[in-house]
Amino acid sequence: MNEELIVSGRNIPGVDPHLHLWHWQIPLYLFLGGLAAGLIFFASLYVIMGKEDKAPTAIKWASFITPLALVVGLGALFFDLHHKLYFWRLYTTVRLESPMSWGAWTLLLVTPLSIVWSASYLRELVPSWDWKFKWLYDFEAWVIKNRKPFAWLMIFLSVILGIYTGILLSAFNARPLWNTSILGPLFLTSGLSTGAATIMWLSKDHEEKKLFGRIDLLLIAIEIFFIIHMFMGFLSSSQVQQEAASLFLGGEFTVPFWTFVLILGLLVPGFLEVLEWKGYKIPAAVPAFLVLFGGLMFRLIMVEAGQITRYLY
Amino acid sequence: MRYAMAIDTKKCVGCSDCVVACQTENNVPMGFARDWIVESVAGTYPRVEMEIRSERCNHCEDAPCVRCCPTGASHIIEGGVVLVKHDACIGCMACIEACPYDARYPHPDGYVDKCTFCIHRVDKGEDPACVAVCPTHCLHFGDLDDPNSDVSKVVAERKWKVLAPEAGTKPQLYFLM
Repeated sequence: MNEELIVSGRNIPGVDPHLHLWHWQIPLYLFLGGLAAGLIFFASLYVIMGKEDKAPTAIKWASFITPLALVVGLGALFFDLHHKLYFWRLYTTVRLESPMSWGAWTLLLVTPLSIVWSASYLRELVPSWDWKFKWLYDFEAWVIKNRKPFAWLMIFLSVILGIYTGILLSAFNARPLWNTSILGPLFLTSGLSTGAATIMWLSKDHEEKKLFGRIDLLLIAIEIFFIIHMFMGFLSSSQVQQEAASLFLGGEFTVPFWTFVLILGLLVPGFLEVLEWKGYKIPAAVPAFLVLFGGLMFRLIMVEAGQITRYLY
Repeated sequence: MRYAMAIDTKKCVGCSDCVVACQTENNVPMGFARDWIVESVAGTYPRVEMEIRSERCNHCEDAPCVRCCPTGASHIIEGGVVLVKHDACIGCMACIEACPYDARYPHPDGYVDKCTFCIHRVDKGEDPACVAVCPTHCLHFGDLDDPNSDVSKVVAERKWKVLAPEAGTKPQLYFLM
C-alpha cells in the first residue's frame, strides 16, 4: 500500500498531534449567539409586520433572554482569550476581511440594543416598575414611538449575528470541515430554530405556541436539507473535504453526530411537532429542549471535529 | 523585495540544529517551537523514500492568518514577512486555526508567536539563526526578486515543491528535491 509515514519531534500543547485550542467556550458562544439571533429575529419580524398580538411572548418575555444569552456568550468568548487584558484591541480597528472583527463590532451594537429592547417592555410586564429618572422615562417613550425602525435595525443585525456564527468557521480554509459556504446559512437556520423553539417553550398563548411550533418545523426541515447538502458538497469535493466528511460517516464523530444532532436534535423534535400538529398533546418543553440540546451539540461537535481536519500530515 | 527560504531536502540530515538555534535566538519557551523537523517516509515497500524537512512558517503571500486576525496584530511587512504584534494580539487563536501548516503556537504569555524569518538579524544583513547554524548548508535564505541571491539561484536551478499548494496560500518555503 502506498502511504506516507510522518515523524516529527514537535509536540506543542494544543497544536500537536492535532489542533485542540478551541474548547467548549467557542461552541457555547456560537450556540448562544445563534439563539439570541433567533429571538431577536422573530421579535422584530412580528413588530415589522404589525402583528404584535400574534407573538406577545416573542416580542416581550422572550426578549429578556436575548441580552442574557449575549452576555453569557460574550463572557465565554472573553474566557477563551489567551491574552485577555488586550481584548480592547478588537475595538481599535475594523477589519472587514476578518469575520471575528465584524462579529465583535456587531456584538458591541446588538448587546446594548437588546437590553434597550427588553427594557422598553419592562413596565408593560411589571406595571409597578419605576425608572426613577425622568430622562429614562423620556428615552422609553422615544423607543416606544420608534418601535418599527428599531425592529428593522434589529432584524438586520440579527441576520448578521446569526450568519456570522457560521461564517466565523467557514472562513478558515485550513480546516476543510469548516470550509464550506453552507455553514453560514446552516448556522443561521439552526439559530433561528433554537429561537423559535424557546419562544414556543415560553409562550402561554396557545395560538402563539402553535405558530412557533410550525415555524420551528419548517426550520428543522430546512436545516436537514442544508446538512444533506453539506455532505453532498464534501463528498464531491477534494480529498481533504472527503476525509472531513468521513469523520461523520464511519469516523470517530459518527455516533455523537447522528445520535445527538440529527436524531435527537432534529428528527425527534420534528416528529413531535408533526404529532402536535395532528392534534396529539405534546408538552412544548420536550421538542423545545431537544432542539436547544441538538443546537448546542451541533456546534460542540463541529468545532471539535473541525480542528482535527487539515491539509498536511 | 520578496524574502523566501529554500530547504534542500537532499542535504538535510534532521539534526535539529536549526530548531535549537531558533529557540536560543528567539527565546522560544520550553516545549514550543517556531521551526521543527519532519521525517516523511513514503511509497510502497520495498520502493520507499525518506525525506527530511526543516519546516517553519511559510510566510504565505496570501496569508489566511493575516486575513482572519480581528485586531490586525498579524500583519505582513515589506519583503512579505508575516509577523505578530504581541501587544495587539488578544490570543483568540483564530490565526492558528487558519494556518494550513500549523506553524503558529500559543505563547505561554498569552499572545500567538511564530517564525519571523529572524527579521531582526536580516535587517542587520545577517542570515536567520537557523540558516546561519545549519551544518550541511541545506537552508538558503534571501530575496527572490534579486536574481543573484542565494535563494533565487537554487530555486532557479533545482527542482522544488511547496507544501500543500492546494490550500491556496502561495507559500514561500521551497523544498528542493
